[in-house]
Amino acid sequence: MAELKVSAIREGTVIDHIPAGKGLEVIKILGLNRVNGGILLLAAHVPSKKLGRKDIVKVEGKFLSEEEVNKIALIAPNATVNIVRDYKVTEKFKVDVPEEITGILRCANPNCVSNHEYTTSRFYVVSKDPLKVRCHYCERTMEGEEILRNL
Amino acid sequence: MEWKGRDVISIRDFSKEEIEFVLRVAERLEEELNEKGSLDYARGKILATLFFEPSTRTRLSFESAMHRLGGSVIGFASASSTSVKKGESLADTIKTVEQYSDVIVIRHPMEGAARLAAEVAEIPVINAGDGSNQHPTQTLLDLYTIKKAFGKIDGLTIGLLGDLKYGRTVHSLAEALAFYEVELYLISPELLRMPKHIIEELRDRGVKVYESTSLEETIPELDLLYVTRIQRERFPDEQEYLKVKGSYQVNLEVLKNAKETLKVMHPLPRVDEIHPEVDKTKHALYFRQVFSGVPVRMALLGLTLGVLGE
Repeated sequence: MAELKVSAIREGTVIDHIPAGKGLEVIKILGLNRVNGGILLLAAHVPSKKLGRKDIVKVEGKFLSEEEVNKIALIAPNATVNIVRDYKVTEKFKVDVPEEITGILRCANPNCVSNHEYTTSRFYVVSKDPLKVRCHYCERTMEGEEILRNL
Repeated sequence: MEWKGRDVISIRDFSKEEIEFVLRVAERLEEELNEKGSLDYARGKILATLFFEPSTRTRLSFESAMHRLGGSVIGFASASSTSVKKGESLADTIKTVEQYSDVIVIRHPMEGAARLAAEVAEIPVINAGDGSNQHPTQTLLDLYTIKKAFGKIDGLTIGLLGDLKYGRTVHSLAEALAFYEVELYLISPELLRMPKHIIEELRDRGVKVYESTSLEETIPELDLLYVTRIQRERFPDEQEYLKVKGSYQVNLEVLKNAKETLKVMHPLPRVDEIHPEVDKTKHALYFRQVFSGVPVRMALLGLTLGVLGE
């Protein structure tokens, strides 16, 4: 498993401790799968002491900001992010649920205008633990499973 | 606070001071209107009323308010006669209408529609009901009515009766009342109890909340009873509905146990939650409540248009 080590990429970002099976979604949410983007590596179902199994995503030549990475907090609340420069981890941070979630979550209320008109969905985080969000448009709240189902 | 150009979408967007300010402006306008008969603050301004869903009171009182301010009104009372029927998006409808008007009032069957309209429009948008979500001008006129009738809101014991689960009116009224020192009795059938998260929020904000299924037992405590309609379609079977309907009707018999000074409010339309025999008693405040719609909406139109000054 040596090639999975954080130091194995030269310049870029490594997102570790993603729940097993969620790596592809992380790539999608962060928009890392563009053809003209950097080299992208996904390691799936890697043994992990903390999670049992985990996914790891590495992207060459791209330094993700905390703000960008926080978008994945809903599906990978324990993810850690390593910024690698010249094979060394120069920065390390944990994802944090942002105050506002835009674009990645769909409102569970079928009668919410955001499900019918051209809009960017927007939610305010009412509580981080347990996670509870309020829709900017219809003002309904969603929590737990309901949030995951609408990602 | 800057009022000119502001949208009125949700009672959540308002602080207590802002609510009080609107009520004071409404009172001033009501007095001025009584003195002069008509006003001309909004002369040359045009209100567009976009009612994608039917309404009697809300639309007419907005239109009346604009006329009384000296402005004029355009609009539609049902979506069927508009380009919406051809598949036009809400955003396009709003962008079109704002070319013709200075302020928009919208009622729409979808939750969040008014918020979306406000984001699209450069001119102020006032929410006149978005699905089952918010109806902030109703809440403001309710507060205005209470203040006019009692001279205050603090210290009152208020009962909310009826469909507390789905009723948007009672949800936003309860949220607004939480700014004041009130005790709330939530009276409803088991099936239609106020959602737990709202009760928790009220308690967190220091309101004393009591839940009850019995109108008879609670009515002696109350200074004010706010009645809402219980809709037949909420009940899985007809028999259950009929049972509930009977036990929540406000009539002279029920009022025997009430304080003499008890006032009864209702956002209307009523079906049979309040017997017409109550109309002539001094308990009835619901037609006065209808009247309040005009000064409160005059205040909101005038403030958002920026024509009232201080």
